[in-house]
Amino acid sequence: MTTQQAKPALQTGQMSAVAIADNFSDLHPPFSTLQAMAESNRCLYCYDAPCVTACPTSIDIPSFIRKISTGNPDGAAKTILSANIMGGTCARACPTEVLCEQACVRNVAEDEAVEIGSLQRYAVDHLMARNLPHPFKRAEATGKKIAVIGAGPAGLSCAHRAAMLGHDVTVFEAKPKPGGLNEYGLAAYKMTNDFAQREVEFLLGIGGITIEYGKALGRDIALADVKSSFDAVFVGVGLGATNNLGLAGEAASGVDDAIDFIENLRQASDKSTLPVGNSVVVIGGGNTAIDAAVQAKRLGADEVTLVYRRGPEHMSATEFEQELAKINGVIVRYWAKPVEIKANGRLMGMVFEKTALDASGKLVGTGETFEVKTDQVLKAIGQKIKTDDLAGMEISGGKIVVDDTYQTTAPGIFAGGDCIKSGEDLTVQSVEDGKCAAIAIDAFLKTA
Amino acid sequence: MADLSCKIAGIDSLNPFWLASAPPTDKKYNVVRAFQAGWGGVVWKTLGIDPPVVNVSSRYGAHHDQNRRLLGINNIELISDRPLALNLQEIRECRAEWPDHVIIGSMMAPIEERAWKDLAQQIAESGVHGIELNLGCPHGMCERGMGSAIGQVPEMVEQVTRWVKEAVDIPVFTKLTPNITNILWSAEAALKGGADAVSLINTVNSIISVDLDQMVPEPMVDGKGTHGGYCGSAVKPIALNMVAEIARTPETRALEISGIGGITTWKDAAEFMALGANAVQVCTAAMIYGFRVVDDLIDGMSQWMDDQGYSSVDQFTRKAVPQVANWNELNMNFDTKAVIDPDKCIECGRCHIACEDTSHQAIAMNAKPEGGKEFVVIDEECVGCNLCYHICPVPDCITMEPVKTDKPYMTWPQHPLNPMRDAAE
Ligand SMILES: Cc1cc2nc3c(=O)[nH]c(=O)nc-3n(C[C@H](O)[C@H](O)[C@H](O)COP(=O)(O)OP(=O)(O)OC[C@H]3O[C@@H](n4cnc5c(N)ncnc54)[C@H](O)[C@@H]3O)c2cc1C
Ligand SMILES: Cc1cc2nc3c(=O)[nH]c(=O)nc-3n(C[C@H](O)[C@H](O)[C@H](O)COP(=O)(O)O)c2cc1C
Ligand code: SF4
Ligand code: SF4
Ligand code: SF4
Repeated sequence: MTTQQAKPALQTGQMSAVAIADNFSDLHPPFSTLQAMAESNRCLYCYDAPCVTACPTSIDIPSFIRKISTGNPDGAAKTILSANIMGGTCARACPTEVLCEQACVRNVAEDEAVEIGSLQRYAVDHLMARNLPHPFKRAEATGKKIAVIGAGPAGLSCAHRAAMLGHDVTVFEAKPKPGGLNEYGLAAYKMTNDFAQREVEFLLGIGGITIEYGKALGRDIALADVKSSFDAVFVGVGLGATNNLGLAGEAASGVDDAIDFIENLRQASDKSTLPVGNSVVVIGGGNTAIDAAVQAKRLGADEVTLVYRRGPEHMSATEFEQELAKINGVIVRYWAKPVEIKANGRLMGMVFEKTALDASGKLVGTGETFEVKTDQVLKAIGQKIKTDDLAGMEISGGKIVVDDTYQTTAPGIFAGGDCIKSGEDLTVQSVEDGKCAAIAIDAFLKTA
Repeated sequence: MADLSCKIAGIDSLNPFWLASAPPTDKKYNVVRAFQAGWGGVVWKTLGIDPPVVNVSSRYGAHHDQNRRLLGINNIELISDRPLALNLQEIRECRAEWPDHVIIGSMMAPIEERAWKDLAQQIAESGVHGIELNLGCPHGMCERGMGSAIGQVPEMVEQVTRWVKEAVDIPVFTKLTPNITNILWSAEAALKGGADAVSLINTVNSIISVDLDQMVPEPMVDGKGTHGGYCGSAVKPIALNMVAEIARTPETRALEISGIGGITTWKDAAEFMALGANAVQVCTAAMIYGFRVVDDLIDGMSQWMDDQGYSSVDQFTRKAVPQVANWNELNMNFDTKAVIDPDKCIECGRCHIACEDTSHQAIAMNAKPEGGKEFVVIDEECVGCNLCYHICPVPDCITMEPVKTDKPYMTWPQHPLNPMRDAAE
């Protein structure tokens, strides 16, 4: 490690701008043409391929890979985008190790899946770099108007498919920029540069979509008004609130939400000016916790400790993500829960109690405690829906209830993405929800 | 270790692997490097009458697989473009420096007796072990009345072979072109003319690809392209058949054969020899990988011979010839079925869709209760076509197993469903 000197809390400039730029460049560098050729030729062009079944958006993977291998990367990109308009983000952010690549038949005999994600990125990047006209055409205008709340993956995917089906779409977005967590949440070394914005621009190329920024449902606009001015509504607001530890001193300076930390990092024009703790503690066991820990480390934190209340096998972070934390030097401690925040004007440390499973399998504290000195705590213990602006829709288990056509209990109002319970809370699932909801809305409008 | 030495047309060779007449044997520099690498002999790049020909720029086209591996190349080169005297001088030097290695002089001339005889004599005087008559080149030279223009007319094949036999007293190899309807006609002509052996095949006439941006066949010479000679592993099946036809036909089987065409591995070489070649020649494989490929040819063949218990090459030369039959001699009562080993299957589904769409709907794809799929051959539907067996990406996962039967050997001429069945049966 670099230095033993005591340092004041939350400082900047612990790492050179060059080192930081390097730390936040592509985690998986893009394929060269040679790599794409070699890798695409590893694909067996399976029939009824298991990788397709494992993709939440059912991209025709063998077909797109074959197109790459025959020298038709733009055709490959269209195959991808016709199933998943955010194929570019998904190629970067999907945990392929538990999705398509986990199902690839090349694992069986060789333990080495075809690198579907990297091939997908190669194809989509190739098409987008050419600045060709938008690859999809809109159907004849239906004269119907659809409102979409939230310009995240779910909302934008819904908007794109609805526009393609001939409807006119208005998107209301609370923030000043579109993209949702693509823009504000995904790890900076997965989504480098301004890709999230370029992808939105590309997607809007279909036409027929207007986005109104700074328009939050519940704050600036009312659901009843939206409902009366549009033929159908899609709600894709994601999970706007975070869980609390429920400990005294949680408001102390230095105790932050991991997603706020990541949002700041993603939006900073110069990451080397960002403050970061000397000894950072991250609490949680999901991918957000891993992302926060790794990014804190890559920003120059001396020591990052990730504390999770159960064992590695219980973490929702994938094995690959857990490995990533370890190779980035994150110290991981299992079976401990936070019980006390030590603050004296500013954050000093955090006390944890060891945990175990009791005879009935319930997680309990053992009474044994330990303290970790820290000047920054990042909470990544889950997000939840912000319910106050969704009056009229039934919420259950912290998610909006929908039927199998993505319709909420409020007729004509549909929902998708993280705010409903479909599959995992992943970008790719949100894109699928948005696409399917648009198709369901189209059918709804035809019969309405 | 097995003894790889062999004899063809009375010439002893350290091993059956010679470089064919082409760029790899164009000059002393290459030939020395080839002998150092272990090649048993070379057929010198075809010599013609001075002044030497002039070649064009951009000469080779390529047939790649999707991994950019070359399956074949085609070329529009002509014969040696160096002065005859220089070539003959270098041949003399190589013969003196490498006395145990074979050098054959390849030649071509216009269809005049004097021209063939004079050139053959000059080449023989340089000390070569034998002469090969290039009657095959399918581009350029044929437009000048040479190469395949001669090789495609059996009477001319016989004529030039006889002229050269009369002019020299060393073995003569007549090199045949595959660009004909029946290889037996030119083989028989060579035999009648007195050839000690035939070499085959020369390159296959071809257009290998088209540049779709410029709309020009490749290789491209200033905006135009022409047909050229195709060679490399893609032509092996064509060559193998021609070799086998000559070896199994009573009228031609006396000919010794120098097998050529797509030989890339020791296995290819062994197959040529099993089907009738007394020795083989290689061009494209050396052009793609360099002279060092001979190491695999030598090592692979000796290893295989040791495993099979062959101590010399003549123990397997022509051993497969008796088993080459006409279709009408095949047993209609033989039946073989695909068998899938579920433990090896990786569930790619390729066998199913191949059989389902294009063969006999004989492979069922079933969901397994525990997840995944199983692929099962429906014996009653399987006709034993081998398609799935060839398609399966996993070695030995699908095997073809003969069905035990009490039925007698029955050919089509004997078959009850044959309306033309021999009355005598
Ligand atoms: C830190 C982090 C890292 C992640 N990493 C990955 C990853 O690597 N791979 C992966 O697949 N998934 C990842 N995810 C999950 C993924 O980002 C989400 O599943 C996905 O973004 C959900 O899309 P969405 O459209 O439902 O919601 P969001 O992306 O949250 O978008 C919701 C949009 O609605 C807007 N909005 C909210 N409320 C209102 C309102 N009242 N009125 C108007 N607009 C509103 C928001 O501003 C936002 O633009 C990660 C999530 C987090 C938090
Ligand atoms: C570039 C090139 C030039 C050739 N020139 C000659 C030649 O001058 N004389 C000749 O008899 N054959 C010539 N050939 C044909 C080869 O000797 C050989 O018959 C043919 O390539 C098939 O063998 P292969 O598949 O191992 O290459 C040439 C082939 C190539 C590729
Ligand atoms: S399972 Fe693997 S090999 Fe088969 S089609 Fe999908 S990526 Fe290709
Ligand atoms: S051998 Fe032919 S018919 Fe039989 S299962 Fe295979 S593909 Fe089908
Ligand atoms: S081709 Fe081979 S590996 Fe693929 S499903 Fe058939 S038997 Fe299994």
